[in-house]
Amino acid sequence: MSVIDHDAIALSSPRISEAEVGDYFALLKPRVMSLVIFTALVGLAIAPGHFHPVLAFTSLLCIAVGAGASGALNMALEGDIDAKMVRTANRPIPRGKVTQAEALAFGSTLAFFSVLTLGILVNWYAGALLAFTIFFYVVIYTMWLKRWTAQNIVIGGAAGALPPVVAWVAATGSLAPEPLLLFLIIFFWTPPHFWALALFRSDDYARAGVPMLPVVAGPDATRLQILLYTIVLVAIAVSPWPLGYFDAVYGVISLLLGAGMLVLAANVFRRRERTASLRATRKLFAFSILYLFVLFATLLAEVVVRAAAPLIGSWFV
Amino acid sequence: MGAHAEEMAEQEPDGIVLTEAQKRSRRQRSIAIALALGVLVVLFFAVTLVKGPAVLNRPL
Repeated sequence: MSVIDHDAIALSSPRISEAEVGDYFALLKPRVMSLVIFTALVGLAIAPGHFHPVLAFTSLLCIAVGAGASGALNMALEGDIDAKMVRTANRPIPRGKVTQAEALAFGSTLAFFSVLTLGILVNWYAGALLAFTIFFYVVIYTMWLKRWTAQNIVIGGAAGALPPVVAWVAATGSLAPEPLLLFLIIFFWTPPHFWALALFRSDDYARAGVPMLPVVAGPDATRLQILLYTIVLVAIAVSPWPLGYFDAVYGVISLLLGAGMLVLAANVFRRRERTASLRATRKLFAFSILYLFVLFATLLAEVVVRAAAPLIGSWFV
Repeated sequence: MGAHAEEMAEQEPDGIVLTEAQKRSRRQRSIAIALALGVLVVLFFAVTLVKGPAVLNRPL
């Protein structure tokens, strides 16, 4: 008998990563990041006063990287859920390309540098708000709410709604009603959007044990909640016009788009037969993306037109 | 050089030998990290130029 147990100290060969840059890029959730960049850009654009383009670019970059960091940390903490769902089974961690530890290190590094850079180069209010956004998404939503309550995406939606507020604070160093209105629009847009997705992916969520509303309360209760949240969303999205924050072009487009959202949400509520219900839900999901994009694009276009008007006027003089 | 050392030198290296795929992905990752650090340096330099002396003025 040997004094040393050679089996116990035999080292397994270390894992050498074959992860490519594309795998790490996928950890950033680029599609979510593009929406974050766009809404933050609108937050910057509607902010009053002059903001140097280099600082605006720096702010956008930091917000984008912060959002990417949140995505990477979310994937690191949800590898077990992702592996069970068809929609997410192809992500880098379930595929074995990136380990949980690597994703955690990657996400933490990006989060640290995005907050630090925004704080040092732009202002610390914006840096602190970006840090809070990342904390809210990773700790409050991913680690706590997601696996615990059917209201996960309602409360967690606050993290996705904060980027235009961070951008506004980066540009002005203070808060105002306008970015809070943008926050409210995204906040109330999130439940109908994600519950539409959850309705046609409810088997996926049930298999993964995620308590999404259709899994916990059933599809009919979800359809009612979608309709109610859509009514609130449309009212909030139109409100900046009568309140005098955004002008009539925004108001009219918001009304038209809101009517579309209401019709589609009502369709989701009415259609209960499987095929028709599935079609109605997919339509609402697709239209909700267009709704938010066009609403924010209108605000952006108004700012561009207002800035370009004196130049265009001077050509005709 | 002693006989033992010569013998060692003739032997194949017995450390971890990376496959071509591992080498390629490591190189890709290294380049990406270098580019990211380069962007960070350029960003800090550009903002220093933009802010001028105000870069030292750092109110909350």
